[in-house]
Amino acid sequence: MNGWLALDRFLRADPRDVGCAEAMELLHVYVDLVAAGEPAEQRYPGIAAHLRACGPCGEDFEALLAAVRDDAG
Amino acid sequence: MIPVNRVVHEIPAGLDPESAEWLRVLSGTGPRREAALARLHGMLLRIAQRETRRRGPRMLIVGPELEDLAYQAAADALMAITAKLSQFRGESRFTTWAYRFVILEVSAKLGRHFWRRPDVRLEAEDWDRLPGRFGFEPARESEWRDLLAALRRAVDTELTARQREVFVAIVVNGVPLDALAVRLDSNRNALYKMMFDARRKLRVALAANGYLDDDDPGCS
Repeated sequence: MNGWLALDRFLRADPRDVGCAEAMELLHVYVDLVAAGEPAEQRYPGIAAHLRACGPCGEDFEALLAAVRDDAG
Repeated sequence: MIPVNRVVHEIPAGLDPESAEWLRVLSGTGPRREAALARLHGMLLRIAQRETRRRGPRMLIVGPELEDLAYQAAADALMAITAKLSQFRGESRFTTWAYRFVILEVSAKLGRHFWRRPDVRLEAEDWDRLPGRFGFEPARESEWRDLLAALRRAVDTELTARQREVFVAIVVNGVPLDALAVRLDSNRNALYKMMFDARRKLRVALAANGYLDDDDPGCS
């Protein structure tokens, strides 16, 4: 990805983005849907938008998903 | 000693059997509860250790300090889980709900730990790092110099003092959001919202001056 594209993506503020508090409040629900192969993004588009844009919440999402998948494996 | 949660009177309907069993045992008393607590602590610790090992080196934390941090995160998460047991409504598996606590504990503890690094100064503004943060290649500076100059002008003219402070700390100086929240006595959500508004303002300014396309639905 070149710098223009990276900066453009960074500055785009998705109006559906619910913010950290709501995303973290429902993170366990969202992760279980993803782990089960359910359409989590369609059910919770505001959380999906947030996890794409927020580095720390995105990292927490990946960590929780990895923990759940470890259990399943 | 982990306090007994006496608020859980009934298991939420429709819970999967494993989650129902966790809730039943943890809200009880005696050796079965103690065994369940020990098992849950082991599960939380394993997750905390993996996450601290993965994220720690970025914060220059290694060795015993990293292990201490994992143990603290697991212990604090277990306390929070037992204290909030009655808030588990069965919207997810019990373990997924519980694991969230330890992951958020790891994030918060690493954020607090960040300021122990000797090379970190919130006041510094090293704008020369900005091109690298977005992957602009030095060899093609003539193509992006004006864009980043415009971005810096917009940061100075379009943002409030607080927005500017947060933008510079996170984007220019690379301070993690959780660490900045600790330093500013704020929280992740409040700073993210501040950055959200700042990003929107900056994009509007850059689009108005022809540096970016004016096609962002969030910029109306």
